This record gives sequence, C-alpha cells and structure tokens, in this order.
Amino acid sequence: MENTDNRPDPDELLASLRQEEEKSKRGKLKIFFGMCAGVGKTYTMLKTARSEKIKGSDILIGVIETHKRPETEEMVEGFEIVPRITYEYKTGHVQEMDLDAIIARKPHTVLVDELAHTNAPGSRHTKRYQDVLEILENGINVYTTLNVQHLESRSETVAQITGIVVRETLPDEIFENADEVELVDLTTIELLQRLSEGKVYSPERSREAIENFFREGNITALREMALRIVADRVDKQLHDYMQQKRIRGPWKSGLHLLVAIDYSPNSTRLLRWAKNLSYSMGAVIQALYVETLHKLTPREREQLDKNIKLARQLGIKFRIITNIDVVKAIVEFAQKENVTHIIVGKPRVRNLQSMLQLGNFVNRLIRYSGNIDVYILGADSKAKDKYRKKVSVPSFTSNIRQYLIVSLIIALSTIGFYVIKDIAGYQVISFGLLFLVSILAIFYGTGPILLAATLSALIWDFLFIPPQFTLHIEQPEDMLMLVMFFIIALLNGILTSRVRRQEKKIRVREERTHALYQLTRDLSAASGILEVSKIADRYIKKYFNLDCAILLKNDSNLLDNQIVHSDPKIILTENELSIAAWVFKHSSKAGKHTDTLPSTGYTFYPLTGSNENMGVIAVEHNRLLTQGEEQFWEAFISQISGKFEREYLRNVSKKAYLLNESDKLYKTLFNSISHELRIPVSTIMGASDTLLSHQYPEETKLKLYGEINTASVRLNRLIENLLNMSRLESGRITPRPDWCDVQDLANKVSDNLKQELQLFRLSVIIPSTMPLVFIDFGLIEQVIHNLVLNATQHSPAGSRIRLKIFHDSDLLIIQVMDRGPGFPESELMSVFNKFYRGKDAIAGGTGLGLSIVKGFVEAHHGTVVAENRQNGGALFTIKIPVKTAPLDQLTKTED
Amino acid sequence: MTNEGNILIIDDEVQIRRLLGITLSANGYLISEAATGKEGLVLAATTHPVLIILDLGLPDADGLDILKKLREWYFKPVIILSVRNAEDDIINALDLGANDYLTKPFRTGELLARIRLAIRQSQSGVDKPILVFGSLSIDLPNHTARKNNEILKLTSTEFSLLALLAKNEGRVLTHTQILKEVWGYGYTEQTQYLRVFVAQLRKKIEDDPSRPKLLLTESGIGYRFAESS
Repeated sequence: MENTDNRPDPDELLASLRQEEEKSKRGKLKIFFGMCAGVGKTYTMLKTARSEKIKGSDILIGVIETHKRPETEEMVEGFEIVPRITYEYKTGHVQEMDLDAIIARKPHTVLVDELAHTNAPGSRHTKRYQDVLEILENGINVYTTLNVQHLESRSETVAQITGIVVRETLPDEIFENADEVELVDLTTIELLQRLSEGKVYSPERSREAIENFFREGNITALREMALRIVADRVDKQLHDYMQQKRIRGPWKSGLHLLVAIDYSPNSTRLLRWAKNLSYSMGAVIQALYVETLHKLTPREREQLDKNIKLARQLGIKFRIITNIDVVKAIVEFAQKENVTHIIVGKPRVRNLQSMLQLGNFVNRLIRYSGNIDVYILGADSKAKDKYRKKVSVPSFTSNIRQYLIVSLIIALSTIGFYVIKDIAGYQVISFGLLFLVSILAIFYGTGPILLAATLSALIWDFLFIPPQFTLHIEQPEDMLMLVMFFIIALLNGILTSRVRRQEKKIRVREERTHALYQLTRDLSAASGILEVSKIADRYIKKYFNLDCAILLKNDSNLLDNQIVHSDPKIILTENELSIAAWVFKHSSKAGKHTDTLPSTGYTFYPLTGSNENMGVIAVEHNRLLTQGEEQFWEAFISQISGKFEREYLRNVSKKAYLLNESDKLYKTLFNSISHELRIPVSTIMGASDTLLSHQYPEETKLKLYGEINTASVRLNRLIENLLNMSRLESGRITPRPDWCDVQDLANKVSDNLKQELQLFRLSVIIPSTMPLVFIDFGLIEQVIHNLVLNATQHSPAGSRIRLKIFHDSDLLIIQVMDRGPGFPESELMSVFNKFYRGKDAIAGGTGLGLSIVKGFVEAHHGTVVAENRQNGGALFTIKIPVKTAPLDQLTKTED
Repeated sequence: MTNEGNILIIDDEVQIRRLLGITLSANGYLISEAATGKEGLVLAATTHPVLIILDLGLPDADGLDILKKLREWYFKPVIILSVRNAEDDIINALDLGANDYLTKPFRTGELLARIRLAIRQSQSGVDKPILVFGSLSIDLPNHTARKNNEILKLTSTEFSLLALLAKNEGRVLTHTQILKEVWGYGYTEQTQYLRVFVAQLRKKIEDDPSRPKLLLTESGIGYRFAESS
C-alpha cells in the first residue's frame, strides 16, 4: 500500500497551498445550503447579513427572491439593494442581477440568492454561479443560497427519488470550493408545518406542492442527502486542515480514480457515481475517453460531447487518447498516472463483431490491470434500450452517386463476363466478380460494397449458375459457393473500408501534425506583429476555414480596441469589443458556443502566452467544434499566442534598447553640435565685434570679413547636414526621380566645391556611352558632394581625387577615391554611423556627412561600401539600381 | 546717389529685411518693406515698385498665393527668396511667373546681379536680333549660330532650345517651361529629351562640354543661360 508512513502527499500539499493563495485574493463564498425550498435559507442569510451589518460591514443585496414571504420581506428592509437590469425578451421582459453595478460598487459582501439560477438570454453568463465567480474574482465576498437538488452530481438521484427532473444545476466544484457552507435545516415535520401554514407558498400552491414534491418520504430523503453532503464536507475540511498543518492522521489520500467513459448515455451515470465515490474517498479523479477506429454517428458524437462537458462540470480532469485497443490504452494510462482504481461501465453487447472483441473486454481489463482495482458498473436498462436502437441502424454515409456508380460498374462487367462465360466457365466468373468487389471496396464505403456484394451474388446466380435465368440452384456445391461468395465479398468490403477509415484518421492526424509543424516554422521565421497576424489568419483560413479578427494588448496591458488584423467580413460592434475585453481580462473563452454570452455572433478566445494574456482572437464558428478539432484549435492558438508573446517581449526589449540608444545619441548630438556651432559663431561674433569697435587698416578688415564669411559657410553646411539628417530620421526622404545626365551631376558637385577643391586635382571619369539615369538629381548630388568633400578633408593637399561614374546593365555605380589615410580595418563597418569621426579627423566635421550619404543611397534602394585602396586611400562605391535611357536612341527618334 | 527705383521686400524676418534694406539702399534703390502678404499686396499697389522680392514662407498667406494675386496686375519682375529643399515651391513659383529665385542663405552679390538683370530685361523693349556670348553668336532671324565665326550645324530643335535659353539670358527656366516652348504642350514630362538635347548642345557651343560656362544646370529646377558681357 502507498502512504504507509502517513506523510502528506507533496503534490496534494502543493495543491492546497496554491488553492489557499488563490483564495486569499478572491472574495469569500458562503453558501446557505438546504434540502429544498422553504427551509428558510434566504431568511437565514438575511439574518446573518443583518448581524454583520450591525457590526459595521458594508453589505448590500445583489438579488433576493422573497417569494412574497412576509418574514423574509421584513428582513430585506434597511439593506441597500442594487437595482436590477431589465432584458427585453420575446415574451416580455426579465429582470436580472446587475453584475457590473455590483463590481463597480465594490461592497465588502453582496447577497446573491439562488446560486443555481439560469440567467435570461442576453446576459453575460448563462448561469448565475458564473456571475458569482466573477464577483468573487473582484475581491467581493458573496452570500448565496443553494438546494441539494441543484448539485450536478446529485441531480439524477433527486430525479430518481422525487420524479422531478432538475434543470438548473451547477458544477459540484463551486460547492466544494466554497469557503463556508451553512446548513439550514428543519425537521420534516417542521417543514410540512410551515408549508401548511402557508409560510412557503400560497395556500393553493401549498396543497399542490405537498401532494407532489413535498411528500414526507421525499423530504426525508433529500434531508438525508443534504446532511450527508455537509458531513462529507466537514470531513474533507478536517482532512485539508490536517494536511495543511501536517498533522499525521489516517490519510485516505493517495487514492486515484480513473473513470473510462465512452459515447453512451450510460457514461453520465458512471461519471456522477465516480465523482461521489471520489468525494467520499478523498481521492483524485480523472476521466478518460479512448478514441478508436469506430466512426461516431452525429448522435454518438453529441452524446460524447455531453459526457465530456459533464465531466468538466463535475470538476473531473479529462483526457482523450487514441488507440485501437481500448483495454491497453486504459491500462497504460492508469499505470502512467499512478491510478489506484479504474471504473468502467459494463459493456453492452452490440453486434457480432463487438461481441467477439468486447466479450472479453472485462476479462482483459482485469487481466492486464495488475494491482489496480477495477470497478464495473452495471448499465441503466432504460438507457441501454435507447442506445441499442441507435447503434442498430447502420450508418450509410455514402451518397446516392456512389451507389449508382457501383451498380453501373457491376452491370458493365456483367456484360463482359457474359460474353466470355462459355470460354471461362461460371465458376471462374465468380472469381472475377469477387475480384471486382474487392477492387471496389478500395474506393467506396460500406453501403455501396454491401450493394455490390449482393448484386454480384444475385447476378452470378441468375445469369451464370445453371440453370440460367433463374435464381434456382441445382447443385448443392453451387449453393455453397454462392453463400461463400457472398460472405467473402462482404467481409472483404467491410475490412477494406475499415482500413480506409483508419487510414483517413491517421491522415487527418498527420495533416494536423504537419499543419502545426508548418505553422510553427512559419511563425518562427516571421517578425513583427503584423506578419505574425497575417500568418495566423492564413493558417486559420486554411485549416479551419474560418475568418478571424485579432486584438492585441497595448503597452498599458489593456486590450487595445485597435484590431491588429481582421478579415473584412468581421466587423466587431462596441458590445462585441467589450466581450473581447472580458475574455482578455478573465482569460477564458466567451461568445457563441460557450457558456458565457452565447448569444453573440462570434466566439472569442484568449491568446494566452506563457506568462500573460497577449490578446483575443475572434472567429465565427458556424458549428460546435468536435473534440479533436477543439484540441487542434487550442494547439494552434497556443502556438500563435506564444509567438505574439515573443514578439511583444522583443518589442519591449527593443524599445528599452532604443531608448538607451537615443539617449546616447542625444548626448553625442549635443556634444558634437554645440561644439560645431560654437566655433563659427564665436568667429563671427569676435570678428564683427572687432570691426565694430576699432578702426583698423583696410587689409585687416578684409581678413576679418573673410573669416566671417568662412565661418558662415561652415555654419550653413552644418545646418544643411542637420536638416538632411532630420529629413532622413523622420523618414520623409522619398526620392523623386527624373532623367539625369550624370555629367551634369559631376559638374554641379565640382562647381559647388570649387573652393574646397582648389588644392586638389579632381578627375571625373564618365564613359562616353553613359546613358541617362532615372534618379533624384538633388539627393544624388548631395551624396557625391558629401563624398568628395569628405575626400578633400582627409587627403593631403595636391593629391588626386577620382570621381568615377559608370553603369553595369541596370546598376548605376559611383566611385569616389582619394589618397588619404583610409580607414582602420576595424572601423570600416562603422564609418556610415551617425557621428562617426575618424581618429585623426580634422576640425569642421560633424560625422553626419557619410551617414547622410548612406541614407540617401538607401532611399534609392542602393548600397554604399567603404574600402581601403591597395596603395593607400579610401574608396567609396555606390550601387543604385536604375532605369537607363541611352542617349543616341533618344536623339534618333527626335530628328 | 542715383535712384534706381523702388524695390518692395515682402519677408516676415526683420533681420533679412534689414540686411536687404542696407544692401539695396547702398546700391541706389529705394526700399519699401512688408512683413505680411496682405501688407505686401497693398504696398505693391501703392508704391509702384520696379521689382518685388518675395519670401515664400509668410505668416499670413502662402507666398505662391500672393504671387498669383500679384501677377493679375503686376507685370514687373518678382524674385523669389526661399529656403533650401523647397524645389517644388520654386518650380511652382517660376511656372506662376516669378522671374528668378534665390535660396536662403544667399550671397548679396548674387542677389544684386539678379535684380539688375531682371530690371534690365523688363525694361529693354526691343528684342535684339543677334545675341552675343563671348565667342558664340546667335542670329535669331536667320536661325543660325556661330562659334568662333564658324556656323554651327544645329538641328531645328537644338536651335529652338538655344534661342529660347539665350533670349532669357541669366534667367532660370524650368523644365516644364522649356519643354512647353520647344517641344509643345504634350511633352512637358519628357525630361529625357531635354537632357539629351542639352548634352548635345553643350558639345557644340561650349569650349569644354564637361565644364559648361554657358548652358548651366539648376539642380532639380531647370536651366539658365549665362549672362552676356
């Protein structure tokens, strides 16, 4: 046996700690629990609230049903009541609790009557308990009332006892996780007395009620049930307490139940029973469904979905495993998960095939399960009949066309066989027909094959077996052969179609794996929120055939109403955007086909990353997803969310980096600019000051004027550079190309730099066949200007500067070469950076010139590279893709 | 000092107005100053200036609008003063009838030369039949041009281009203006023809075609023929 040392199971301990932590932030839930209506739950709740209120607690009423009971109505007085909202409805209007008002008001405690209530359509949640959960999440305590028949796990038993089916149920989890449960109890006699006194219902209704629901036997049974539940709870609380405080005691823990369910209605009973068992045993419980090759009919699929939903409602962890062998799958899973008890339903005998397999289902399970206990639950006889009727109808999913094609092929082949029947003999022809049926089975489903087998048997009998043209058979061996023929044809067909089905299933699974792989691959290659959104959209369209809209959170961690990506078909209303915000906040899905706000047109899923929610995706499901699809969808969404999270984090770190960089840049700019501005300004100020205040000879004056002039030219150049830089930075540089004669470019540059080039020899090399190029004259002029100016600043006086412009098919190539010191190899990459200055740079540069060159060239989609020349000096090469127009062709066309 | 006539300066910058005022007065012009477009229009009508210097960036109105309004009744020269990197505005202004442009910062010597040229052109009523630019002479009535006394072989398009530019010596002509005059309305976008013909013309009329002295390029705007003398 496990746990012989009586120590708490670490997993359980961790779970309890987590639960405790979770609870501390949330509001506390107190349930006033009773066996049935009329025991005074609401009254007790109000009484408790009143005494709390007197103590100074901020308590108000969210919703209370007084049922016009005078003593209850009296108790309500003096409480603040949150007004209800009215929902217009076809049959009138319904008033519901105003959830948002309560949350906005944020009292200490709110009273919410009738926890199991179902909300009117149009409310945010389908059930009131969901409202309550949301209130609790907002840190508000809730007092509420509940009857035993509303507990999901008990509803069936209640129905059996009282004969009344309870529709308004809620998951047991809510009850189990309540912080406090107060039992409101009356003896049977007392209750009946209250009823007959008219304290519960009006006198007429009371009589009716006593005759139907409130029979003495019923009440006693319900009372016992309520008492037991509360007693179990107390027991469990004690257990929890002992575990928390690490008090050694007789644990029941370490027990682990596994309930195997299938697509039969029986499974609901199985689940409820197992849940009750786990509750009283204090055991962990899981449910498992093994997906086999069996093709589910729509009704079976629906029942399976119901079963799974019930399992979740009961708070049972649920898993699906695909395996051909159910027994093996269950046992393997149980061993892996350290299951101590397996619970299964008694298998039903369905047909020959199942009997062969399932007949020993229980035997095999017992044999393989080893030391794991196996519980087998009998089937409900009513459910069994219903079930049998359903499965006995074979599912023909093939369409009429397939039947027609099969018949046609058989007919045509029959003609062929008929022609050769005298040569081949009728026995050989039977093989031919058999062969034909086998071939057809590869392509068609069970139905058409059944038809093919029957048809070919009849044809063989009628046309080929002597005596011909009768169904009568003379020889007994022929009779035997006909029977064998039919069975072989049928088996062949069924087996083949089974293999096909299996193949299809595997193919679907492979496709999904492949799709996920591709998605992951494409996502990892993508960069930027927009690209990721586009990929997500493309894949969702491709594999789910759904249109989607993606909303992401903004920097302040709120869902941005800016839709990042959306199919034009999806237009979200204000209301729907608020649902998206709700989904984002609560990280649970909502909308169509969910329990929350199902009346809207879209389903909203949270995009949950590993640490936080990234946003919400909205899709328009036209039907409920099947279990397999849902899993596939979740895997899809989780991949996409993960990528969004990575992108988001990358952006965050990039922003931080940029901020840092721009800070550095700002400082450099300030240092560089203030220096560069100060020098010419001081020159101008100094020189003009001198000129103003003293009389100097004409020669000195002229020198001073010259200095002022030089300083202003330098200042002007700095301003030009700064302006160009800011144009580049702001991204406002868009080249406006026009046809240019590059000779003109070279002329302009050498003309403008006449002054600077005085000490140098500038060689301009342009081939005579140079065509016109389509570029922005002004920008490229500036580029060449900066490069040539740069060369003059770094070359020894008297040296040669070369400007070479040529073209190589569609590339314009501009080279500027000097005989200066060149660049240190390590700095070749950084010469185009902003504020880069060579170590031995002369005064008068800002380190902006080359970065402007780079910016302007890149605006032309070109490249610029700096190199060192072999015999010393720098070489800049610019390559710009351009349109060209040869000169000679143009003149010929004109004159 | 001689009176060269009244010049109106429309510019919102006091310092620029002051600089222009000092420079122009020293060269014998009378000055009226306007800081806004509205004021400028009033002064243009009342002071009968021989030339207007107009800044395109005015506080109360777009300089181009002021130019448009002026050109409804004022046919004397208008020179545009504008900041750099505003080629579009300059081209628009020239196409709207401005005679010339200068970008800030500018050299006052250059401005004075432009002013003199513009006034002279606006006052010389009769077109000279023969234009002489150093060793180049252009005989407009006979459609011939000589370089160093040798007749140049020019195609008719080349001659039209040369004649147009030479008649407007010293003045900038936009690409559109030239294309419209020489090739016609349908060709205003065909700058590649203009480039080719300018290159060809330079080969024939310039001493060194790679360093033109006569047919000058105005980056991004158009061409200007050098002044004679």
